[in-house]
Amino acid sequence: MKSRDYILPALVFVGMLVALYMIGFYAPVEREQGIVQKIFYFHVPCAWVSFMAFLVVFVFSIRYLISRDKRWDNRAAAAAEVGVLFCTLVLITGPIWAKPVWGIWWTWDARLTLTLVLWLIYVAYLLLRHYVTGDEKRATLSAILGIVGFIDVPLVYFAIRWWRTQHPQPVFGGGAGSGMDPRMAATLWVSLAAFTLMFAYFVRVRSRQLALEDEIEQAHQLADEASVSMRGDLR
Amino acid sequence: MTWMIAAYAIIWIAIFIYVFGLDRKQRALASELDQLKSKLKG
Repeated sequence: MKSRDYILPALVFVGMLVALYMIGFYAPVEREQGIVQKIFYFHVPCAWVSFMAFLVVFVFSIRYLISRDKRWDNRAAAAAEVGVLFCTLVLITGPIWAKPVWGIWWTWDARLTLTLVLWLIYVAYLLLRHYVTGDEKRATLSAILGIVGFIDVPLVYFAIRWWRTQHPQPVFGGGAGSGMDPRMAATLWVSLAAFTLMFAYFVRVRSRQLALEDEIEQAHQLADEASVSMRGDLR
Repeated sequence: MTWMIAAYAIIWIAIFIYVFGLDRKQRALASELDQLKSKLKG
């Protein structure tokens, strides 16, 4: 590893420490919900990262279909994997927050249901990558699913603006009555930044691994071909 | 308090499991590279 490879994980580490400090000691306790509202500072960044990950899958899938360059497919696959991880965390932390506040773990409102659909789409994307054989076929089918599946992301985002939902209305840009304490907003921004850096780091590491897997596979094939031709020459 | 601790704990556990998985894959790739090198030398 080069020394510059340590910069991003170091930034993630520092960012997370600052975010945790601000969540614990800087952000005020919300008046109505109490301390359980602090789940917000990790729940929202997880949702943000999953949206960003699926946007990256969408963009890289288009680039793959245009260029047929395997690197874009690897990057899209890495982003999808990280996106599913964080979308899973959204679907777990949401009910943990909902139970003490709403009195129920889950309700089939538009925001929650569309988020579950989003998770299922990208789990299907990963399963497709796992089970389809043939590099090009797998990459093409995944790219198509990565592009079509992205349609659900704006639906999830706008669900709380378009429909009446149990899920709270947006805190930023949600019209009259929206907004939050400046210390809460600052804490959220720091947490969003830390999670964004973590996302960038995970995608970078994972896409490098996928590229390396491809190179190793190619090298194995070349080595096998070389040993076969050498045996032929010896005969 | 319990709900908040549960949510944060689950997030950190999941992140650590993912990082651990990345590390395991990295080690597997390194050992595969070594195998490849010995195959090429042989």
